Amino acid sequence: MATVDFAIGIGGEAGQGIATPGDILARIFARRGLNLNAYNAYQSLIRGGHTFLTIRASDGPVRNMGDKIAVLIPLNQDTMDRHLRLLTKGACVLFESEKIKPGAAAAGVQICPLPMKQLTAGNKLGGNTVAIAATLQMLGVEFKAMEDSLARIFRRKGDAVIAENVGIAKAGYDYAAANFKPFPFKAPNLGKGNAVLTGNMAIAMGGIAAGVKFYAAYPMSPSTGVLMYMASHARQLGIMVRQVEDEIGVMNMVIGAAHTGCRAMCATSGGGFALMTEAVGMAGMLETPVVCVDVQRAGPATGVPTKTEQGDLWQALGAGQGDYPRIIVAPTDQLDAFKTIPELFNLCDRYQCPGLVLSDLLISEGTASVDPKELNFKPKIDRGEIIFPNGNGDSTNPYGGANDNAYLRYKLTESGISPRAVPGTPGHIHVAASDEHDEDGTLISDEFTNPTKRREMVDKRARKMETVLSHIAPPKLVGPENAAVTLVGWGSTEGVIREAVEKLAAEEGIVANQLAVKWIVPFHADEIMRILSRSKKVIIVENNYSGQFARYLRSETGIAAQGHIRKYDGEPFMPHHIVNAVKEQLAGKSKLSVPHHEIHV
Amino acid sequence: MSIATEIAPAPAPAVLDKDTYKGKIHPDWCPGCGDFSVLSALQAALFELGLKPHQVVVISGIGCSSNLPGFINTYGMHTLHGRALAVGNGVKLANHALKVICTGGDGDGFGIGGNHFTHSMRRNVDLTYIVMDNQIYGLTTGQTSPTSRKGMKTKSTPEGNLENPINPIPQAIVGGASYVARGFSGKQKHLVELLKGAIMHKGFSFVDVFSPCVTYNKDNTYQFFNPRVKILEEQGHDTSDFAKAMEKGYQWGEEIPIGLFWKRTDLPTLEELDPVLAEGGPLAFRELGVSDAQSKALIAELL
Repeated sequence: MATVDFAIGIGGEAGQGIATPGDILARIFARRGLNLNAYNAYQSLIRGGHTFLTIRASDGPVRNMGDKIAVLIPLNQDTMDRHLRLLTKGACVLFESEKIKPGAAAAGVQICPLPMKQLTAGNKLGGNTVAIAATLQMLGVEFKAMEDSLARIFRRKGDAVIAENVGIAKAGYDYAAANFKPFPFKAPNLGKGNAVLTGNMAIAMGGIAAGVKFYAAYPMSPSTGVLMYMASHARQLGIMVRQVEDEIGVMNMVIGAAHTGCRAMCATSGGGFALMTEAVGMAGMLETPVVCVDVQRAGPATGVPTKTEQGDLWQALGAGQGDYPRIIVAPTDQLDAFKTIPELFNLCDRYQCPGLVLSDLLISEGTASVDPKELNFKPKIDRGEIIFPNGNGDSTNPYGGANDNAYLRYKLTESGISPRAVPGTPGHIHVAASDEHDEDGTLISDEFTNPTKRREMVDKRARKMETVLSHIAPPKLVGPENAAVTLVGWGSTEGVIREAVEKLAAEEGIVANQLAVKWIVPFHADEIMRILSRSKKVIIVENNYSGQFARYLRSETGIAAQGHIRKYDGEPFMPHHIVNAVKEQLAGKSKLSVPHHEIHV
Repeated sequence: MSIATEIAPAPAPAVLDKDTYKGKIHPDWCPGCGDFSVLSALQAALFELGLKPHQVVVISGIGCSSNLPGFINTYGMHTLHGRALAVGNGVKLANHALKVICTGGDGDGFGIGGNHFTHSMRRNVDLTYIVMDNQIYGLTTGQTSPTSRKGMKTKSTPEGNLENPINPIPQAIVGGASYVARGFSGKQKHLVELLKGAIMHKGFSFVDVFSPCVTYNKDNTYQFFNPRVKILEEQGHDTSDFAKAMEKGYQWGEEIPIGLFWKRTDLPTLEELDPVLAEGGPLAFRELGVSDAQSKALIAELL
């Protein structure tokens, strides 16, 4: 059980330096062994506007940004005006008293003005340091943690800079001790360190663990973090990283590298993925294993580049014309994303097909703490039936393969899987063709067009999918079997739904359970039908307008959910959104709830 | 390789002759199509260079000429319309020991694939791009192409093409290709030499080949080109002279130059520039995963 659970909100204009204090706080909490989740609500601009970072920490599990802010640090008047009204009893607001005026606050909100000019001794960059130090004091964190953090951040700038900043921090820390009421709890030190990472870093690290040797991308929010992580580690890890002219080029280049034998990967967002889809189909046709991550953002078209959505489900399901095997997975959080990528690569290699990952801004740009022991960089590697050049053997004709029919790249097999030789392998010459082809790669789209063979090849590829399901975990019902309502979600909503279920039980006396779906294709339809057929009421929670998952569930199982909770304003669900909607629906007031996002960011 | 699940047989001593490069499928091009000559020239060039078929990958897009990989005995990929170069870049970077040759038509390369053409040139990956340029869309039965001359009547421009054509030679010179040549199907021996030079050139080499479409293009025929083409190699052209190369590239009319316009050897290839390829052999054959020390370092960054 959690003994402490608090969130700090820092807001200001883009360019005011919110990321650094956020990073300092996150690392200090993680180093104490606290769990954390951070979500940055931002806008598509580099300077100005409004940015609001929420960092939530607890000694219990933290699965989302939570419902309320304990400490508000507004760096400008706009942030004060937007967020002060949302603070509740017990919270506090720390601000530069010479610059920002508090408005009306709820009873019991502690107003903590900081005389910045005096505390920073005129250092204009010192304001954030003062506010963080004061916050830490009120949370019962010893000053040493702040000091260590500053020493790390400014280590390249020399001792004088470190000393100056430590002095400023100390002034803020002491001022808070003398003037403000501390929180009734102390942020504990659990004596073990947690790692801190974003979802995009987790995705990149998952690729690295899987053995990716070729990564290509075109920058696109909110997926660019994967490219940046890959690029900054490429040389030390021996990974070829290329920024390509467009997403069409990205996917085709990745296919070229994968066909040649590399584990190859790319990430993009919905618009870029739209450009890639013809080639995704080609990977299906050539039977080339590639992994592509779609970090969803609010669409359609350019949409809202810095806001989250689960709006690309049907795009992924419909990517590429025609029928072809592919695997689609929606990881549930940052750590899950890390673990899913190697698992997906193994499946793609084994089944020689493309694998699509549906992440979203919430996971990819969200920050989480993980136990470093969970970051296994040596996962099981299964490359499937692949043939590399080798110095041993007794081929009669190294230049054969196609001409002497010694090798059939697309051999009709019972499993549908045909051993895959990479270019450069003696005796296995063949053509891999985007046009329909025969077992040996000969096109059957022109003079050799043959309905029987066409059908055989479609069947062969389709056959591969028959056994994939047995390699992926079925979704599990979490919570009591005999619940009043089952909340179904997919991908990134797992954490917030879990918390809503807990809150429903603890605060509302409503017994709910949860079914979180991660693997989209293939789909554990039978198991899901078995679980949901026992549910008293099924409500689907998803971050889109039309209920994309609800429609998919219906198409695959025939199950039509009784209720829907949807959000498509660009912001993620907060637990109370789901709690209130469930109450409303159980009371029979609505079958479709669209929670209002109270925070204007 | 330790990660291989099946061990491929090694090459037994085998004889390379001209027929080694023949594919098992006879081309289905129209009789008289210029592409036959390009195919033969490519096969001859590979033979004369002694390149082993399993160490060559021929990658095409879509169109009549893009069926070529099926007709030649090397590794082949028949990819999407316009994407041969993008795929080819990936293949070469994944295994830089392979010889990579991309082929296609003018619509494939300069129309739908124009962006990859532009960026492959500046990227300077060591591969060869052969465009069978017939100034028409043949496989879709005769529509205008990016190289169709202004005024040309096609099925999609029945009153005459209103748009200006691309001139791929100056475009390639300016775009950063380090070997820029033009051949003609009617001059096969000359074409063989151009292709040999292109294949052995280190860096992005481009050979635009006039390859007449005898079915749908009544303007740019053998009869049109034969009297006009003038071989640069017979005219003492200096392939290191940028201004001259551009001037020759723009020449059109009664005399149309063919041959090597522009060549530079001072540009390192992308493979040479990227330290990731400096040692360890082709990426495709390297051990997967990271060392314990590397994984420790990656985790340490997060603490």
